[in-house]
Amino acid sequence: MYGRLPILKMLAVTVVLTVAISAVMVSINWNGQEASTAAPKIDTLLDVMIVLSSFVFSLVMVMLGYALYKFRAKPGDESDGEPIHGNTRLEIAWTVIPTVIVLFGAGYSWAVLDNIENRRDDAMTVNVYSQQFAWSFGYADNQKWSQGELHVPVDRQVIFRMHAQDVIHSFWVPEWRIKKDNVPGITTQAVITPDRLGTYQLICTELCGFGHSTMRAKVVVEPKAQFQKWLADIKTPVPQELIGGDTSELESAPNAPVGGT
Amino acid sequence: MVAALKRPGWWRGALGFVLGGAFGFGLVVALRAISGLEIFQTEQTGYPHVVVPAITAPLGFLAGFGCFDYWLRWAAGMPTVPEDHSQHGATSWRDYFRFNTDHKVIGIQYVVTTFFFFFVGGLLAMLIRAELAQPGTQIVDANTYNGLFSTHAVLMIFVFVIPVFAGIANYVLPLMIGAPDMAFPRLNALSFWMLPIAGVLFLASYLVPGGAFDTGWTGYAPLSTGAPLGQSFFNLGVQFAGASSIATALNFLVTIITMRAPGMNIWRMPLLVWANLSTSLLVVAATPFIAGVQFMVLFDRILHTNFFQFFQGGDVVAYQHIFWFYSHPAVYIMMLPGFGIISEVISTHSRKPIFGYRLMALALIGIVVLSYSVWAHHMFVAGMFSWLRVPMMITTLLIAVPTGIKIFSWLGTLFFGKIHTYSTAMLFALAFIVTFTIGGISGVMLGMVPIDIHVSDTYFVVAHIHFVLFGGSVFTIFAGVYHWFPKMTGRMYDERLGRVHFWGTVIGTWGTFVPMHWIGMDGMPRRVADYSAQFGNWNLLISCFAFLLGAAQLVFLYNMIVSWRYGPRAEANPWRAKTIEWQVSSPPPVFNFDEIPRVVGGPYEYGVPGARHVIMGGEAAEVAQPQPATATTTSGGGT
Repeated sequence: MYGRLPILKMLAVTVVLTVAISAVMVSINWNGQEASTAAPKIDTLLDVMIVLSSFVFSLVMVMLGYALYKFRAKPGDESDGEPIHGNTRLEIAWTVIPTVIVLFGAGYSWAVLDNIENRRDDAMTVNVYSQQFAWSFGYADNQKWSQGELHVPVDRQVIFRMHAQDVIHSFWVPEWRIKKDNVPGITTQAVITPDRLGTYQLICTELCGFGHSTMRAKVVVEPKAQFQKWLADIKTPVPQELIGGDTSELESAPNAPVGGT
Repeated sequence: MVAALKRPGWWRGALGFVLGGAFGFGLVVALRAISGLEIFQTEQTGYPHVVVPAITAPLGFLAGFGCFDYWLRWAAGMPTVPEDHSQHGATSWRDYFRFNTDHKVIGIQYVVTTFFFFFVGGLLAMLIRAELAQPGTQIVDANTYNGLFSTHAVLMIFVFVIPVFAGIANYVLPLMIGAPDMAFPRLNALSFWMLPIAGVLFLASYLVPGGAFDTGWTGYAPLSTGAPLGQSFFNLGVQFAGASSIATALNFLVTIITMRAPGMNIWRMPLLVWANLSTSLLVVAATPFIAGVQFMVLFDRILHTNFFQFFQGGDVVAYQHIFWFYSHPAVYIMMLPGFGIISEVISTHSRKPIFGYRLMALALIGIVVLSYSVWAHHMFVAGMFSWLRVPMMITTLLIAVPTGIKIFSWLGTLFFGKIHTYSTAMLFALAFIVTFTIGGISGVMLGMVPIDIHVSDTYFVVAHIHFVLFGGSVFTIFAGVYHWFPKMTGRMYDERLGRVHFWGTVIGTWGTFVPMHWIGMDGMPRRVADYSAQFGNWNLLISCFAFLLGAAQLVFLYNMIVSWRYGPRAEANPWRAKTIEWQVSSPPPVFNFDEIPRVVGGPYEYGVPGARHVIMGGEAAEVAQPQPATATTTSGGGT
């Protein structure tokens, strides 16, 4: 029955469409500038998924388009279609092939996740304090306090330890492709290695009240020497009431092998 | 007047409302006075003298309106009012405003009520898009804006998408399985009347000090535990919507399991019945979780319990686990009935048996099982234990498999069929396949932890959720409403206006929600009243398409109202469908069937010589009937 279909032609059109869509979609830089070692890995994963998704989308479009072109009822045709109830081989195929695709996607994502959260021994720790509606940062065992401005040296891994004072906030620097909620009562962590000099924006992405949309901070990635100089100029330690809100580390380290702990 | 207050109805309902409210208010005042507390506690989260009456007044209304009359009389040993069926059927529009136990009346009550809230929620969306058309603050301030998107989402989810499916199924499902009514008609009526209460509570939050709840539909603690009074109205509204939903689901389960016509074994059930069976399984087990968690928030707010008060030992992330343990299955509660509708529409309008019927049914069950194991994919960046992320990612991606089976099976159904596209229902079904495929693809991407870390809580998520909820669920709702409109109203709708609505909706949906993917990936977070100027042009474009989308819905509204009143009379079976609801008149007789029909085959036997789905009771005398009660004979299956 289905042998009557121009299966090869449909597949060919699907492939052509896949290539065309992928070519356009992959050439666009969706996620914006890449400014951390994690960013290109995440963007490559996205590109691979775009190609696979283009195939699935093209397949659905070609099947739908062909069906509408070929099997549309003529005006006044009241007859029924052919009584086909299914095809076991086809049904197995469209169960198994998507399963393989998504399991590949899952495995690949897992590998990327492990890779981007891998910790190095020389990492620098920065404490992040968030409250309605401001960010501040503690350096050097909280002896240095920077309000509204986050400075980090380039090409060095940073571990952010995040503390929320009132409600949940979320730490997002789009160019770093990193996001982590700051949760009151627990300390969450995120790891990132900035690898591009420049000024970026830290954006709160968890609804935290009327000032949510303006809860931003400036992020400066600078050469090591410049960073040291900036840090040396800071004399204020982090106020005790911020640290007082700090509590036990309930979250397991994001770096722990993802499958285990 | 006294007689009116004794009869169940609006007067006694109003009296019950006042008495219930007064009781709640008095209780709070008395208890606080006895305890030596300040009588009116008006801290931000407090107001017990408002919150408690907000529970008791609606209950008083329900009692006064007559929802409990039969049960109370029975429980008290009083003579119950003999079932004279005066509460069945509707002869004028007034009958739709009464406590009515007829599943067909309740179905229409549901659909009309939920569409009312759809238009209110849509209006809120228009305000949101008006504010977002330009960066900066033009129309509403940030607090009001937060209230707008919160109430928009809550109205759309809790009093539109979830219950409108219950409404369509309420009307169609008993007919489809050859049952005279639902299993528990009085419970059914009570379920419906709890629904407008939920919607009114959500909207009433605009009137209280502090304004509407503004913590999103997710109401994350501790933002919600410290929010102004409006949040309590959200907590309570969810209780009424949830109770309504659970009772309806139990009703569907019992109806489907025990009231199928003779011969309708499970492999002869139409897929809409399968879909509602699956949905009901989700609702009865998952909905109690959101009811519970909203009570916990309410208790934290009013009774100063410490479920989520982190500074007193509460666990903030626990809220999200409980919330999503309901709210992810809820995504499927909002989608599976739509899958059922699409199966009916596509099979009927392509004159083809459903391709792989059994796998279609099993895919629904597969989704039910898997959907309980994916909730934490909403929490990849929330600070939960990190090892939980990968297993949740795998189950999340796997759920694409049964969903893919459904998409491919619908496409397989189209092949070698006779596809009719004159019906707006079929147009929406075909467009659904396209938009839902895209929504599914972005869903798979969101399921991958590294991508989710970047796009979580951005406009990418807003785009995804609207592609699956608007391009998905709402398209299926339109398909269902157009498909069964002739059956429900006995009138035909205007196909030309239907096509205007269809194209306006499709273009509006794509124009509004496609660019949202891009701005989200590029750095625009969700739930913001203001945004960087770089996204200004895209947002203006999105707003323009959103207004087109809104305007298209007015065409739908006009079409429905005018066609219901003046449309040409509908035949019993205008789509020449095989399932049982089309074998009775449009609208069906008050008690559905004179004799219970006998099911003798599958529901989609198009083109199978001699096959038929059902033998209707009056079939022997069908020659004498002016309007043929069956269309099954068109397949040459007459005996």
